[in-house]
Amino acid sequence: MGAAIETINEQAIVKKGKRQDVRFAVIGLIVLTAAMITLMALVLDIMVDGVPRISVDFLLSYPSRRPDQAGILSAWVGSALVMLVTAALAVPVGVAAGIYLEEYAPKNWVTDIIEINVTNLAGVPSIIYGLLALGLFVQTFRLGQTILVAGMTLALLILPVIMVATREALRGIPIETREAAYGLGADKWQAVSMYLVPIARPGILTGVIVGMSRAIGETAPIITIGALTFIAFLPPGPVQPEFPFVNLHWLYSPFTVLPIQMFNWISRPQAGFHVAAAATGVILLAMTLLMNGLAIYVRYRIRTAMQ
Amino acid sequence: MSTLAATGARSETANPYGRLVPSRAFLMRRAIIARVVSFVLFLAAALSVLVTAGIVFILLQDSVLFFQQVSIIDFLTDTEWTPVFDNPRFGIMTLVSGTLMTSLIALAVAMPAGTVLAIYLSEFARTRVREIVKPLLELLAGVPTVAFGYFALFFLTPLFKTFIPELAGFNLLVPGIVMGVMVLPYIVSVAEDSMRAVPDTLREGAYALGFTRLQTALRVVIPGAFSGVTAAYILGMSRAVGETMVVAIAAGQQARLAYNPLEGAATITAYIVQISLGDVPHNSLAYLTIFAAGLTLFIITLIFNLVAFALRKKYREIY
Repeated sequence: MGAAIETINEQAIVKKGKRQDVRFAVIGLIVLTAAMITLMALVLDIMVDGVPRISVDFLLSYPSRRPDQAGILSAWVGSALVMLVTAALAVPVGVAAGIYLEEYAPKNWVTDIIEINVTNLAGVPSIIYGLLALGLFVQTFRLGQTILVAGMTLALLILPVIMVATREALRGIPIETREAAYGLGADKWQAVSMYLVPIARPGILTGVIVGMSRAIGETAPIITIGALTFIAFLPPGPVQPEFPFVNLHWLYSPFTVLPIQMFNWISRPQAGFHVAAAATGVILLAMTLLMNGLAIYVRYRIRTAMQ
Repeated sequence: MSTLAATGARSETANPYGRLVPSRAFLMRRAIIARVVSFVLFLAAALSVLVTAGIVFILLQDSVLFFQQVSIIDFLTDTEWTPVFDNPRFGIMTLVSGTLMTSLIALAVAMPAGTVLAIYLSEFARTRVREIVKPLLELLAGVPTVAFGYFALFFLTPLFKTFIPELAGFNLLVPGIVMGVMVLPYIVSVAEDSMRAVPDTLREGAYALGFTRLQTALRVVIPGAFSGVTAAYILGMSRAVGETMVVAIAAGQQARLAYNPLEGAATITAYIVQISLGDVPHNSLAYLTIFAAGLTLFIITLIFNLVAFALRKKYREIY
């Protein structure tokens, strides 16, 4: 009798445990669904408000005092030019720093300091980078509130992202590849530049895309350097018909970017500007989600290629 | 490679091994390149230290000018923050209270949700589910913060008002919750990372003793990954403290001691945005306040980040 009752109890305990497992898995799925619903609600809300406002005119008009005539020409041109500067600075420096830390750095206190420092930099709030840019680039170097300063600020901001991605991509390469390169007589730099970096390229690319998508949506540091929000002109063109054909004056031009334009319109009282803000938000969301999607796809391809 | 072959061919007469041994000129050039390259790469890595030094220098430089005019005791104990008024007062705790209130609301959302999701992904979900869920969370992390701000102000606040009529148009509750959703992906990623670092032998031991999955997760994996999970919460808090656009848009700009989440209050970051947008003359006292506020913010996040760094290092060393 006693033994039989115990068996029944044990079965009940097992059943109870399994029920709890299922219950927890359901809770997990509910939390996940809630997070995804929030994302969907955000995207849909901005799209419902903004998509009807998007037109060719909207893309080709300057901001205006009248909400129905306002457009984002200066904002998207500004965003494109700032991104150009950011990429030109952050990609080479970030990749170089990543290569150094992963392949060259000796194990000593200098390396330790750099490592801790990079981890910390990745966690510094973006608005602090804005204060750095304001104090250093704008006030001390007198570079003004220009495309160049915005590009440099965002480049500093996304450096850790590109460094970390480069390191992880290099770390994933098997030791045999290095040994094969050395076996063929390559020295370190030849092995790195001819073998490792080409193999790591997709992984580095993922980091660059994620970093750039973060930079394009970043608002706070650009506000802090004091970027103007009412810009009804374009920077001078980067090419010209006369020698030397390339013109760098645009670097020193005042500018606005998409997220700043959106923020500016959100903070106006008129509802018409809120619609324009939503329309800007649609374009911004489309760009960042596309870039992130691309990064996820590249990473997925790397993983399937490795298997 | 072509350089190697070409130099080899040129020195063939002087070199009995023919093309197999590179010329001395080639080796010398290669050695010089190696030196230059490793120095340039080092400079790129060292730049990050310069950035930190630059941040500290700029923040300290202007904060020192600020504290020459305002006593640090007033700064830490005054309960009013009115730098642009005729009778200015500089109680940073006013802004800190707004920052802490929104961050704690964010953490109240993201901590339970993040822990559940991390356990689910690490212990329950199949590989295929995980491969779909993690990119979705990355997409959530990729949304520009200004879009989250729009969503908080024009969608969630009116929605919440239908349930809580006394909710103000600008309040701390909604931005806090939105920030909770924003930091969720970071918390999940760090927490899951540390749970996966717990060796499978521990799990198998638990299963052999008759533990269920949930019991294994709660009694073996979480205690084993404790420092990493704590680091995840701290990193989430640090992110929330430094988050700017959501609070600048939806929490209002009125600096006051925040105790009621249904009303608005300025945070440190929202205040910096407010002054940056205005026409405050450079080198005025009001202009210097944003650096003193920035220094406060930097110190708070630095402490959080260093603690989290130490905790993550600990679990990496254990396993």
